[in-house]
Amino acid sequence: MSTVLVVMEQRTGAWNRMSFEALAAGQQLAATLGIPCSAAVVGTGLSPLNTELATRKLAAVYSVHHDLLADYTSDGYVLALEQAIHQAGAAYIVFPHTYQVRDFAPALATRFHQALISDVIAIHSGDTGPVFVRQLLQGKLNADYRQTAPATPEAPCFLSIQAGTFRADSVEAGTAEIISVDVELEAAQIRNKPGERFRESAQTVDLSAAPLIVSVGRGIREEDNISIVQELAAALGAELAASRPICDSGWLPMERQVGSSGQTVAPKLYLAVGISGAIQHLVGMKGSKTIIAINKDENAPIFEVADYGVVGDLFEIVPALTKAISAAKA
Amino acid sequence: MKIIVAIKQVPERDAQISVAPNSKWIDEDDLNYTINEPDAYALEEALQLKEKNGGEVIVLCLGPERVTTTLREALAKGADRAIHVEFDDLTTLDTLSVARMLADAIKPESPDLILTGLQSDDLGFGQTGVVLAELLSLPHATIILQVEKTATGLRVKRELEDGWYQHMDMPLPALLTIQSGGNKLRYATLMGIKKAKSKPTETVTPTDPSASAVVDLARVYLPEKQKKTQMLTGSTTDIANQIVEKLKFEVRVI
Repeated sequence: MSTVLVVMEQRTGAWNRMSFEALAAGQQLAATLGIPCSAAVVGTGLSPLNTELATRKLAAVYSVHHDLLADYTSDGYVLALEQAIHQAGAAYIVFPHTYQVRDFAPALATRFHQALISDVIAIHSGDTGPVFVRQLLQGKLNADYRQTAPATPEAPCFLSIQAGTFRADSVEAGTAEIISVDVELEAAQIRNKPGERFRESAQTVDLSAAPLIVSVGRGIREEDNISIVQELAAALGAELAASRPICDSGWLPMERQVGSSGQTVAPKLYLAVGISGAIQHLVGMKGSKTIIAINKDENAPIFEVADYGVVGDLFEIVPALTKAISAAKA
Repeated sequence: MKIIVAIKQVPERDAQISVAPNSKWIDEDDLNYTINEPDAYALEEALQLKEKNGGEVIVLCLGPERVTTTLREALAKGADRAIHVEFDDLTTLDTLSVARMLADAIKPESPDLILTGLQSDDLGFGQTGVVLAELLSLPHATIILQVEKTATGLRVKRELEDGWYQHMDMPLPALLTIQSGGNKLRYATLMGIKKAKSKPTETVTPTDPSASAVVDLARVYLPEKQKKTQMLTGSTTDIANQIVEKLKFEVRVI
């Protein structure tokens, strides 16, 4: 019988927090399809992780181990998981949509003559099998994707799950058998030589601890205009943050970036100024308690997560708001 | 170094988007198109590598007639020649089909390096580059901010999550997907625009792979709101006062 196989991500024995969200997705997909769900872990020294996974409702935990898998490389992971997928007889392979998955999963799917359906935000049941929902055009539209032929172990379906789509705490408990996958891998097959991980400089701003955040995006247009948002943040006593393009342009330091490549925040108030709300930004801030968004485009995706929205010219509204806040505090 | 940059033409970021009547794609009438932003950074990286190490930069784009404007802009910025893989209906294609057509166009060129943006602004699958590398049996690295030529190949700086980075050494030929923000983008000069007119553009007609598509886009629609957003309206002063009221009595932060 075919199975759903969830590929969990770990590094030096610690889980990537999105792995259990993918596991929840895999369990729910398997339940809908009436087939078992299994999980795979890749690397070295996997025993504690295998034992932990074996307490979840899974048919099997595949321990995909080899000394050459100690450090992540795309070549190593593609070769190892290709073997694991065959051994498990998986018809659906589910990944968390992490940077690492983006690096190897498309190549792995290509080995099976398939295309990864990446960054899935919902799974529905369709007439001919599951329908996977993804966002298009920076979140302006949704799209339903499906495989053209039924998923089988010979032609499996590959999908990756966007952060925050499924709840990690909805993973069902149970027991599972641990199965070793004895990977055949040679050093010469790994072409890239990865170096140590590093950070540019010590992080001096911890946005994740800030109760109030004023965040600025592309709508600010020019570096000189940043000051009006700075003044608003100062009046409110908030930390200043930004979306990626602002930090890319060097208008604010990288450490003030919120989103998948920056910090993840969940403040009491997130005031988004001129931020359209691409998915990479939303995953970093949608857990905020109250979100206020000011944007000129009424269809901007930021309004999908905002509690209060203002459609208008930020160059008029922001200075007026700074004045009103100062007056209210005086 | 012979470098091919695979670029994509996408709707401009602030374009007003509406769903096409058949719900299979967006209404393309009156849309303005531009180069996909991460691909602009890939082109910039290629041009800088050429300036440092010599060689040739070839831009490659798949799409209908309209993409030739984006190719011409790339030539004006400094690319040496262009390859247009002409294909009209992109909506019938999955990533694998797109990558196969690009791979067929790349193979006869045998480049040392292939660069592309890490993802597209329209479909956002973020995988064409990686699939292309696999089809061409090349090593690859993704989400790259810096590229340096070494004695044995390349040393790249790869962005990881949560503000972490990693250097990676890799042999050539190779494929890299480039992250936005690694370099400052250049503008085309008047001289560049003039020169672009005499630079060669080759048009390739691929075989239609859409019959073998493995993934199908069934329906496009407006997203449902995840939250009920209360829109604040009125004069600028009214709006400012309403926000202050919310901050005072509901969010309780002033």
